[in-house]
Amino acid sequence: MARLPVLPKEIIKQFGPHKNYTPKEGFPGAHEPDKLVKTHCCFCGMQCGIQLKVKDNRIVGFEPWMEFPFNEGRLCPKGVERYLQNNHPDRLMQPLQRVEGKGFEPITWDQAMERTVNEIGRIRQQYGNDAIGMLSGVSLTNEKSYMIGKFARVALKTANLDYNGRLCMVSAGAGNKKAFGLDRSSNSWEDLKHARVILIAGSNVSETFPTLIHYIWEARDHGAKLIVVDPRVTPIARTADLFLPVRPGTDSALFGAMLKILVDNDWLDHDFIASHTSGFEETIDAVKDYNLEWAEKITGVPAGRIMEAATLWGRAETSFLLHARGIEHHTKGVDNVISCINLVLATGRIGKPYCGYGTITGQGNGQGGREHGHKCDQLPGNRDITNPEHRKYIAGVWGIDEKEMPGKGLSAFEMIGAIHRGEIKGLITICFNPLVSLPDNNFVREALEKLEFFVAIDFFLSETARHADIILAGSLHEEDEGTVTTAEGRVVRIRAAITPPGQARRDSDILMELARRLGVGDKFNYGSSEDVFNELRLASKGGTADYYGITYQKIDQNMGIFWPCPSEDHPGTPRLWEDRQFKTPDGKAHFNPAPFRPSAEPPDEAYPVILTTGRVVSQYLSGSQTRRIGKLVDQYPEPLLEIHPELAAKYGIRNRDLIRVVTRRGEAEFPAQVVETIRPDTVFIPYHWGGKQSANQLTIGALDPVSKIPEFKVCACRLVSTGEKAPEKLSNTAYQSF
Amino acid sequence: MAEKNEEKMEFFIDMQRCIGCHACEMACAECETNGQESMIHIHYVERPVSVMTTVQVCMHCEEPACANVCPADAISVDWEGIVHSAKTSHCIGCSNCVLACPFGVPKKIEKAELMMKCNMCYDRTSVGKKPMCATVCPSQALYFGTREEILEKRPNSVPVNHFIFGKEHVRTKVNLMMPKESTILKIN
Repeated sequence: MARLPVLPKEIIKQFGPHKNYTPKEGFPGAHEPDKLVKTHCCFCGMQCGIQLKVKDNRIVGFEPWMEFPFNEGRLCPKGVERYLQNNHPDRLMQPLQRVEGKGFEPITWDQAMERTVNEIGRIRQQYGNDAIGMLSGVSLTNEKSYMIGKFARVALKTANLDYNGRLCMVSAGAGNKKAFGLDRSSNSWEDLKHARVILIAGSNVSETFPTLIHYIWEARDHGAKLIVVDPRVTPIARTADLFLPVRPGTDSALFGAMLKILVDNDWLDHDFIASHTSGFEETIDAVKDYNLEWAEKITGVPAGRIMEAATLWGRAETSFLLHARGIEHHTKGVDNVISCINLVLATGRIGKPYCGYGTITGQGNGQGGREHGHKCDQLPGNRDITNPEHRKYIAGVWGIDEKEMPGKGLSAFEMIGAIHRGEIKGLITICFNPLVSLPDNNFVREALEKLEFFVAIDFFLSETARHADIILAGSLHEEDEGTVTTAEGRVVRIRAAITPPGQARRDSDILMELARRLGVGDKFNYGSSEDVFNELRLASKGGTADYYGITYQKIDQNMGIFWPCPSEDHPGTPRLWEDRQFKTPDGKAHFNPAPFRPSAEPPDEAYPVILTTGRVVSQYLSGSQTRRIGKLVDQYPEPLLEIHPELAAKYGIRNRDLIRVVTRRGEAEFPAQVVETIRPDTVFIPYHWGGKQSANQLTIGALDPVSKIPEFKVCACRLVSTGEKAPEKLSNTAYQSF
Repeated sequence: MAEKNEEKMEFFIDMQRCIGCHACEMACAECETNGQESMIHIHYVERPVSVMTTVQVCMHCEEPACANVCPADAISVDWEGIVHSAKTSHCIGCSNCVLACPFGVPKKIEKAELMMKCNMCYDRTSVGKKPMCATVCPSQALYFGTREEILEKRPNSVPVNHFIFGKEHVRTKVNLMMPKESTILKIN
């Protein structure tokens, strides 16, 4: 029964989101903290070092951590304000149960656990083990990610576990596995500082990874040329040497055309191609008919600029190619990624100093969380759940019979489909807010409402958790020990600064207790997060993501260790592929053809405008954390529809007119922000909000056939002017998700 | 760090690097003397045409107009050239400084009837730390260090601290990074 028990406004009144501000005089003790705890930000994949000020078991402020080498004290606004999740009036402090017509009422842990375990047992008996689904997320540490992978397979015995990385890094992961046989950014950010040409494709770095900007500028200070590919002039695109305003959904045409130019001008590393790669011939065959005129027509980028980009890339001495969700959130996300990798391999600029390539991993532990069995098709060490050898090894580590280990399950959005069809009846979520973050979220809501039983582990009542039958009050980032792996592949330590408030429990304790009650307590008998990590090390041993040689002590001594690190005397690997020993079956880097094909829903007469979505600097993902922090909300209080003045003129739209955006999935109204910084055929809406102003009511649930990532970055819409002006922005309550 | 301080640490602003993230404002507001008000401000120059943003913070003038026009003698300049916020015991909230500053920096905090502005994080810089805004600034559009360091690190630009407003010459302690070979910024 996963319908809202009462109207949203009643739930919001009690559980928020409410905006939390630091009192004018600061939190008590902020100026005389008991201790400063060196840890990392809870948000993006940069994992900036930060010190949290602790007074009387509360976080009361922060102090920059100057010695952590990646960011040397630098932070974005989310990092500065992150500590306001502590001391927050919305914090869940005890287990709750849904009461029809009343809302949520406190219950004891024993009642909450018993009901959860009974419902899981009933559903398993009635419908089979796979009728329980679990959705998780990669803001969680490596230890928790690993535990959840094991928990789903060993305790729940379901194949249906997936994670919110499905909305994030899976296209990059699949593309990297195809090309290199391994999924990690090839270089540490140190190489980025010295590259002579930097190409950024589909990454609003300045708003989504602000602390990486410093590295890009360091390179530019010493002569690097910057090329940015984006439908919008983002702050980093504004100052680029070359800006390619690509039409959403046409990236692989652009990179294919650039590859053709490299071939035509012989800007190729023939030795590298011959000795260390395969697939070159069929890959260039796939682009042989591409020309600049065609590419300009498809991509909307002037031919001269495509030529200039290919020339800069082709002639570069050293280079670094970065991409992110802008090219990955597509039904051809994997194709876009491999078409970027083809440019890197053709010029042989990888595995040597100042030559690099990588996806900019989005979530805090987007890297580590996608390696250790969190995904529906994966086992720890980035092993394959369908590979008999891999299954046997992990079954041995877990102490179970390999035959008992479930097989490959459904990916996140497919799982929602299975719930909607009535195949999955029970759901556990942790660290995932699909009602805001998945596409076509009216469909997601319908699915949630069909569940027979839904339990959410969370520290705030997210939009999704509002639908839960049982809520287990879990822990904030700063309430548990562990490790995460940053976007550059560096494994760092997360420290518990405080213990959970009230009756809230650490997520790891909740999972262990559930496992015990499900009869497999002996498999989850961990005394500390270090115990979990040590088991993870063993489970990853021999896999491509090999952590065996990484210990807590080594991380502390070295400010992090880059995997792979196969033995305790190994220093870790900041730069991959210096040995040219790629992890593919033939040991070579693979070119892959990526012939251009259209997106799932190109614009047409009925829906003539391209809709794309993305982020703003003051909010993070589904906003469950950042829409509760006052200053972050006030900086960008409501989702705006960015529209070019030429397109706006066609509809008579002026700034702050309220515009109804309609797609085949739904409609919603947004104030117009008329700006020249976007293509005239495209509108943009940031997606951090739920309820009536959720951009994901509009987006399409079409998936990449390989990575199963949804196509958030392009669908067709039409615009209807309501004839009304939007209300004053500060009176807006979008952050509450009505 | 303490030694470096003696080598004359300076504040440099490079507007082209500013990404408009507002981390500086949020970090500034954390200071215990600021009561959650930021002394640095980020603005869009003209959002309809560009995402360009600009940084507004006290430039610490050598001959500060704000101090010169203060009828209550509330604004002082210390031996290091830091222009301090109006002393609470002296400030009469007249707004002369707000009107006089060529950079538009001082703000009258209406509730407190007080002028407040940046004092270069005296509490931090006096113990060898950088000012909070320049510490957190993710793009290092705000930089705190020696002149030698910035000249070496950023060879494509130079620090400028000489401004001309109409006929008025203003020299400041804070530097703006400008294209190479610039010496003066003239604002008509």
